[in-house]
Amino acid sequence: MNDKIISQVCSTYNNNKTRMMDIVTTLNKQLGGIDDESIDLIAKATGSPRVLVESTISFYSFLSKDKKGDVVVRLCNDVVDNMQGAKEIKEVFEQELGIKCGETTEDGKVTLEETPCIGMCDQAPAALINETVVTSLTKDKAKQVAQDLKGGAAAETLVKDLGDGNNANDLVKSMVNNNVKKKGEVIFADREDNVGLKAAIEKTPESIIEDLKISKLRGRGGAGFPTGLKWAFTRSADGDNKTVICNADEGEPGTFKDRVILTEECNLLFEGMTIGGYVIGAETGIIYLRGEYAYLKVFLEDALDKRREANLLGKNILGKDGFNFDIRIQLGAGAYICGEESSLISSCEGLRGDPKTRPPFPAQKGYLQTPTAVNNVETFCSVARILEKGGVWFAEIGTEASPGTKLLSISGDCDNPGVYEFEFGVTINDMLSESGAKDTKAVLVGGPSGQIIGKDDFDKAICYDDLATGGAIVVFNSTRDILKIALEYMEFFVEESCGYCTPCRAGNVLLRNCLENIVEGKGQTTDLKYLEELGESVQFSSRCGLGQTSPNPILSTLKNFKADYEALVKEDDGFNPAFDINKALSVAEDIQGRKSVIFNENH
Amino acid sequence: MTKPKIATTSLAGCFGCHMSILDIDERILQLVELVDFDKSPVDDIKKFTGRCLVGIIEGGCCNEDNVHVLKYFRENCDVLIALGDCAINGCIPSMRNEIPLKECFDEAYKDGPTVYNPEGIIPNDPEIPLVLDRVYPCSEVVKIDYHLPGCPPNADIIWEALVALLNNKPLDLPYELVKYD
Repeated sequence: MNDKIISQVCSTYNNNKTRMMDIVTTLNKQLGGIDDESIDLIAKATGSPRVLVESTISFYSFLSKDKKGDVVVRLCNDVVDNMQGAKEIKEVFEQELGIKCGETTEDGKVTLEETPCIGMCDQAPAALINETVVTSLTKDKAKQVAQDLKGGAAAETLVKDLGDGNNANDLVKSMVNNNVKKKGEVIFADREDNVGLKAAIEKTPESIIEDLKISKLRGRGGAGFPTGLKWAFTRSADGDNKTVICNADEGEPGTFKDRVILTEECNLLFEGMTIGGYVIGAETGIIYLRGEYAYLKVFLEDALDKRREANLLGKNILGKDGFNFDIRIQLGAGAYICGEESSLISSCEGLRGDPKTRPPFPAQKGYLQTPTAVNNVETFCSVARILEKGGVWFAEIGTEASPGTKLLSISGDCDNPGVYEFEFGVTINDMLSESGAKDTKAVLVGGPSGQIIGKDDFDKAICYDDLATGGAIVVFNSTRDILKIALEYMEFFVEESCGYCTPCRAGNVLLRNCLENIVEGKGQTTDLKYLEELGESVQFSSRCGLGQTSPNPILSTLKNFKADYEALVKEDDGFNPAFDINKALSVAEDIQGRKSVIFNENH
Repeated sequence: MTKPKIATTSLAGCFGCHMSILDIDERILQLVELVDFDKSPVDDIKKFTGRCLVGIIEGGCCNEDNVHVLKYFRENCDVLIALGDCAINGCIPSMRNEIPLKECFDEAYKDGPTVYNPEGIIPNDPEIPLVLDRVYPCSEVVKIDYHLPGCPPNADIIWEALVALLNNKPLDLPYELVKYD
């Protein structure tokens, strides 16, 4: 029955198995789910082993074998959303739709699910309804949305008021707001498009790399690798085909700055990527766009088309002989791990988002074994600006070792959540006062994979040698329970671990369970040492960046909020307080219809 | 000076770890020079006669009696050693943990292909300890001081561990003794 649709979609992508992500996301959208029969057909059409198709579908949370409702409501359950009432919103949806999260209404119209951060912390609580984003939900609004959906309304019709800037563009039509609260000199500056690109093609790739080294630009995703060096490695790597990839999979809970760049400054990004292509000698460019931002895809495709028309992409760009470069958008499907560059490459190749073993590094063998430079959205934008204004200009902004500006996505307990472009070197205190945060107890710097810091560290500065961050800042005031927040973030990592290596798959569960016991008052003093040792083991022995940073919510709070832990744990008496004999016996007592003889007195 | 005392028990295990203790062979003569055995299947002493230095636990906890005995050991021993994989992580008995208890009972006593039980009775004498909802590794019930892995742990591991503990020396196990792949 679905043969036609499947063969049609597969042939759209030339039956190419490395485009499996596009094939299965398109089909999932059209069919509502990809069943066993369809998997067989896809495998046959693409000449791919069946297990590869199925493993791809089972890996991503936006894809499924079971048929879901016509409309899938994904309620964001991030810490910030929960702080702003997401749990009540969930209750409203469950009540109005008459189903629990994870279920589909009987008429097959609506499926209700939860999802981690969808990049809308500045307008939380938010939900993703098919590809439409619904923001700033209140109980009344949620009730209305649920009723509309029950009545068969299409997801797009839920958008009543359009957001600012390009959010109101005909190709976006979204209620999302940009919330740019502070503009700086680099990204959100007054400028003219393509000046950097035009300057670049007048230079040799080597001298551009020299410019980048002078600018001391470092990767904006958080790890901070020098961009000039990365591009020099990729340029000099063996291989005719090379690839430039932009990591627009900002999945780190609490970050949403790339969303705003993609909405308002996408041409600056494309310009930077095109310069990247010129420098490393790549003809292929890929933007890995997180599935949550699918609402921007048509708009971005259109911007790319316009660039092709203006000869800013394609063959012999701007008349430069032999400079060929084009960009395609690779849509993700809801997997945090795909923000890790080697997993992202796996995903672009149509596979599960499993991290790859290094070496070889992507600069040597990345996308389809070609030398690949993967950079953050903000990094590419900075490159374009450096080519426009010069490396020296850039190096003078910010601090000596961390030049330039950094976009920070600030949310949580502050009056003005949004995107701020600060120069590097801004202190937490300055940032807090600018965003209108009061009575602050803790700040999450760099998302859950970063650290949760307390008052003692508020005089520290955002830069690579003090507090490094990809840009997620979440503020918590004194009413918040920091340990419960750490626990929520551990839940997130347990959910998002790809399961490939044991330290991350099992270690995060053990860490979560132990912290949960402590929060529930069933912890012991010895648990603190256990958490520390296990956390360090997980960090040390995990295969990729996820497991190497996932214990951070625990390790950083153990360091900065030790008193909160100590107030909850009891002195070790040799027995494990988390073990509940009554609970452990209750099943057998029910089946056998008698009470325990041994433990009866203790009942 | 009186000799330190050792106690041992087998909970949800197969006694294989105890067999491995006996596998220290003639060194058991050296061992009895160093220690006295208290509560243990080796000498069939049922109740602790006094405080013990070391309690060796084989098996995890699958029923209430296991929990009771394990707590009894914790109360009476200075150092508890989880001996073997069942004590450490539940191992084979814990394969039932993914299956609801009711289904386990039905399969074992009613529906299994070799079961003859026309009245469909599930044994329920008050003397039979109640089964726990799942099998728990020892460390989830009481604090365990040392874990000796293996299924069963090699006799040499047990010997080296006891000697190190009794002489208050660090334990140095050669790689060959603790590699299981």
